[in-house]
Amino acid sequence: MTQQYSTSEVATQDLKKKLTISEKEGQEDVAAKETEELRAEISSQAGHDHCASFDPVHKIIKGFKYFLDNKFNKYPQWFQQLAEGQHPKFLVFACSDSRVSPSHVLNFQPGEAFMARNIANLVPAFNKLRYSGVGAIIEYAVAELKVENILVIGHSRCGGIQRLMSHPEDGSVPYDFIDDWVQIALTAKAKVKAEYGNLPFEEQCEICAQEAVNLSLVNLQTYPYVQRAIQDKKLALRGAHYDFVVGSLKLWELETKISDPIIIPPS
Amino acid sequence: MATDSFDDAIAGLSKLISEKGHLGDVAAAKIKQITSELKLASSGRFDPNERIQSGFNYFKTEKYEKDPELYGQLAKGQSPKFMVFACSDSRVCPSHILDFQPGEAFVVRNIANMVPPFDQTKYSGVGAAIEYAVLHLKVENIVVIGHSCCGGIKGLMSIPEDGTTASEFIENWVQICAPAKNKIKSECSDLSFTEQCTNCEKEAVNVSLGNLLTYPFVRDTLVKKTLALKGAHYDFVDGTFELWDLDFKISGSVSV
Repeated sequence: MTQQYSTSEVATQDLKKKLTISEKEGQEDVAAKETEELRAEISSQAGHDHCASFDPVHKIIKGFKYFLDNKFNKYPQWFQQLAEGQHPKFLVFACSDSRVSPSHVLNFQPGEAFMARNIANLVPAFNKLRYSGVGAIIEYAVAELKVENILVIGHSRCGGIQRLMSHPEDGSVPYDFIDDWVQIALTAKAKVKAEYGNLPFEEQCEICAQEAVNLSLVNLQTYPYVQRAIQDKKLALRGAHYDFVVGSLKLWELETKISDPIIIPPS
Repeated sequence: MATDSFDDAIAGLSKLISEKGHLGDVAAAKIKQITSELKLASSGRFDPNERIQSGFNYFKTEKYEKDPELYGQLAKGQSPKFMVFACSDSRVCPSHILDFQPGEAFVVRNIANMVPPFDQTKYSGVGAAIEYAVLHLKVENIVVIGHSCCGGIKGLMSIPEDGTTASEFIENWVQICAPAKNKIKSECSDLSFTEQCTNCEKEAVNVSLGNLLTYPFVRDTLVKKTLALKGAHYDFVDGTFELWDLDFKISGSVSV
């Protein structure tokens, strides 16, 4: 990356040098021609070599134009309605990983899903001091928007889960934040180490990713609005695991039930 | 129990009609109407499992299976050029509004797309994401995208002067951008509340960009010019997008 910058800097300096030299020598025409040739060369390279000439601003402008042409301006009625308010049926927790956006993986369209994305799609237990970020999302989605479904979706080869499973046993230097954050799923790690300690590390991580989703589903129930909505049968909690290596999705539902009481002695 | 009362209702209706035969036609018409209403209601019932499955099937057949090269590559690892902060709002997903494809952007979504300052106790979630994106993935751009009609910003702007709050988490979280609120309240007091909120949505992005500088690894990579910070505002009423840069420099030292 550093090299990319230095290369382009060197190139620009080169060009400037050439220009000043030719100006001194009174060869403006030659300079202009040379500049034009260079520009053509650069722009043709830009077409072929994505990496060396990546322009983030261009990418953003192109992306937004694509959205306008293919969605926003194509369905004005839909977007006008959305502008007036959102009524998503889902709150989705997904990993920040660039490969797992629910808008792609589950084809969620604008307005369908309120989204939380963080490292390893973790939901911590109710804690006003330490986890106001996640708390605010759940409070807003459940108490204000009244979503009917919460989906926590984990995925294969999750870097956050791998870190949880390997540190501190591997003796690596701790991070400022990552280690503390993934500790939210510490009990999932303990369970996997105890029950599947004989499996290869990669397989342990895959199981841990799913156990961590289950832990998040349990943690969701520590939020009073979630509890209330579940009791009123207005909210369902689901877990899922997206395996991007084989292209499969596992989906399951959490059922919490209070059974009829047993009265002792029986009447 | 539901069946019992349904049976009772039918029995009651039958009894009424057997007693007053002339109501038969009226009842038949009404029953037909109810039947078609119920049919419509049950066919339109939302089935979340069905929705999730059909969504994934669409992805699998239309994207995953059509581009095995891309997905094969992505299974090995990710190297996104962007880290994006966007609001949790269901209308502003960067995969849609900026057409980001799988592998292109590492994404954090929270209420009002806020970046809190470096704080290992209160904000480990955001800290972990920035740390992972900058140190591990070496993203080259961090973009913070605000948006129109943001409920979180409206909440922030509505917190009364005495600071009393009505929510458990929301108001506490959005106060990360209290400096934006204070600036707007003092500089734009002549504007309507809605206009103040729009200004605050943009100003809050700037507060977040400033907060990014409190992370040492962000500062280091900025100075090395391997990272750039950008702010943006998506207006979904007009369909417009504003984009701007934050410049950060440490000048050469002067020795006296």
